[in-house]
Amino acid sequence: MVDAVKTKKGRKARGEVNIIKERCKGCGFCVEFCPKKVLVISDEFNSKGYHPPVVKNPDDCIACNLCGMFCPDFAIYSIKVN
Amino acid sequence: MKKNEKAVLEGAHFFTGNHAACEGAIAAGCRFVSGYPITPSTGVIERIALRFPFVGGVFIQMEDELASSIALQGAVWAGEKAMTITSGPGLYLMMEHIGLAVITETPCVFVDVQRGGPSTGLPTLPGQADMMQARWGSHGDYEIIALAPDSPQECFDFIITAFNLAEQFRIPVMFMMDECIGHMSEKVVIPPADKIEITPRRYTKLPPEQYLLYKPEKDLVPAMVKAGDGYHFHVTGLTHDERGYPVISAECQAELIPRLVDKIRLNEKKIRMLKMDIPDDSEVVIISYGITSRVVTLAIEMAKKEGIKVGSLRLIVVWPFPEEVIKDIAKRVKAIVVVEMNYGQVFYEVERVSAGNAKVILVPHAGGTVHKPDEVYKSIIEAVK
Amino acid sequence: MNPPNPIESLLRMDRIPHIWCPGCGIGTAVNCFIRALMESQIPFDNICVVSGIGCTGRVAGYIKLDSFHTTHGRALPFATGLKLANPDLKVIVFSGDGDMIAIGGNHFIHAARRNMDITVICVNNFNYAMTGGQVGPTTPYTANASTSPYGSFEKPFNLPKLAESAGASYVARWTTYHVIQMKKSMLRAIKKKGFTFVEVISPCPTLYGRRNRLGAGLSTMRYYKKNSVIKNGAPTSELDLKFQNKIVVGKFLDIEKPTFLDEMDQLYKKVRTSAV
Repeated sequence: MVDAVKTKKGRKARGEVNIIKERCKGCGFCVEFCPKKVLVISDEFNSKGYHPPVVKNPDDCIACNLCGMFCPDFAIYSIKVN
Repeated sequence: MKKNEKAVLEGAHFFTGNHAACEGAIAAGCRFVSGYPITPSTGVIERIALRFPFVGGVFIQMEDELASSIALQGAVWAGEKAMTITSGPGLYLMMEHIGLAVITETPCVFVDVQRGGPSTGLPTLPGQADMMQARWGSHGDYEIIALAPDSPQECFDFIITAFNLAEQFRIPVMFMMDECIGHMSEKVVIPPADKIEITPRRYTKLPPEQYLLYKPEKDLVPAMVKAGDGYHFHVTGLTHDERGYPVISAECQAELIPRLVDKIRLNEKKIRMLKMDIPDDSEVVIISYGITSRVVTLAIEMAKKEGIKVGSLRLIVVWPFPEEVIKDIAKRVKAIVVVEMNYGQVFYEVERVSAGNAKVILVPHAGGTVHKPDEVYKSIIEAVK
Repeated sequence: MNPPNPIESLLRMDRIPHIWCPGCGIGTAVNCFIRALMESQIPFDNICVVSGIGCTGRVAGYIKLDSFHTTHGRALPFATGLKLANPDLKVIVFSGDGDMIAIGGNHFIHAARRNMDITVICVNNFNYAMTGGQVGPTTPYTANASTSPYGSFEKPFNLPKLAESAGASYVARWTTYHVIQMKKSMLRAIKKKGFTFVEVISPCPTLYGRRNRLGAGLSTMRYYKKNSVIKNGAPTSELDLKFQNKIVVGKFLDIEKPTFLDEMDQLYKKVRTSAV
């Protein structure tokens, strides 16, 4: 559990996204369907050659865990932090 | 059915082979039957349907033999002893799942009340032409156990043996009856329950973290497990490793198949059951199984009256084939006569194993009725010429 | 270090990554399924997962419960045997459109007719994906498949209608876009007694999707989002699917009726007590 911290925008992020990069197959579901647009596809590659997502707007995560439910590869999930 | 129907109907009865097989299965502890009606086997499931409410069993008539032949395997993995019953044209629909039971090492019993074939053939008349189908019908390399009773009494006694062998070797066992035996009524004596030897399922004693579904014990047979006990195991029809996980590779195949085959081949002596009456000076031996052996008995009497030195070998366990026994007989006698109600199935095995040491003669029959004692007697005479 | 993904406790992590393609929806269906299992509070030891053959058939192999990968089309009769031999087991069948509805079709209608207490989750990706994208009983009219290379000219089954007509007591359809509703339906189906059926429409980017130029999994998911209409309680006769057209999703049937075991137990009890 991460302690509540005031973020750059002065808001407390409600959730934190965990990404298991090596499991990702780059389908893009999480990025597309995150209601708060927290994620983007990264430029880096994992060892299988896919582009995993990366957190762009961490302050906006509300821990809805839609990313966690969409992911066909069990490679991403959010946890509540506040 | 009476209110306090017991599982083991101790005493003397006048049963058809089909009904005796039903009672034997119940005495063996079978409490799940999935079946589909097919002449001449239907008598078994009809009696099962009558008896099961009283002995705590579950019977379900499935929509076809494909379903019947796999439903019983689900029941086995939930902890029950289970069987299905069919005839020739149903057996070939079950081949897929006999293969599944072989590779998943699921102990269960498949009863085949043989009839004339091929295809729809002679629904109400006997045959013995499923013997090779029982041996090789499913695809891939495997060994199987198959028993052939010769009377309603043996239907009772040996179906219990079939269940016991299934548990001992974690394998589907074929119980090869035929229409004659299925439909004939004879005296069947059922012993008291405590005198009936039952082989219990060999469940593992290891905890889930240590147990491997397909790790064999010394006799090449792995210990069993059942759903609901917290083992969280995985069973698959794909080639698999000791954990039960699919591994699609030649190496894994080379580990699994030889063990499945050796499990039976190397234990043939333990499984072997036959009735041998071969005087030392025998010139000819008659090999038969099932109903045909009863005709052979009379033919042998006729031949002995004429002074012919003849012996008999009745196979009760037909598969695995008792190669050593027959190899030995072939070396000692002039001729072997194989009498079976088909156009040559077990005959080819006898011929192969005899390796030219004795003349091997087939007395075939297309099916529909038993051989005439006279035709068998004539073959015995011919054989010793 | 953060705690691991909670669903990992029900996955055979020694077999992950799984074999499903990037953008395939089966993983999403499994994801929601595991969450439904966890929420159901059914003791894990009592749960059995049975699959047939095919891409969806591989589901049983990844779930860390008593699981069975059986023969093509025969998951339901195997599941029937499990359930009847031990009624305390919660038995769930996970199978694909070809496995469950073509070769398994007969078993499907009879299990539904008997109201066998089994949950069936049928992932429908409109083709036989594992074997290279052949036409199946749910392939939409005109869609391309490897054995209907000029377009399918057969009318496909409407799975919710088939399930309802055969005798199911719960019928729902969702796409893999509808993760929240799908999980909720799966949970209801698992907890409800009787033959409960959930159709999950899924992308198949490598076969059906590629052959019909539907893009990667994400394009298909966008199409689901745009073209799905939620109509809970709609008559199942209105749920036919046309190629790349509207998809009606929702919960369509949720009724109570005695299961096979209810009837059997009741009758056997009567038979035993009336015998003299």
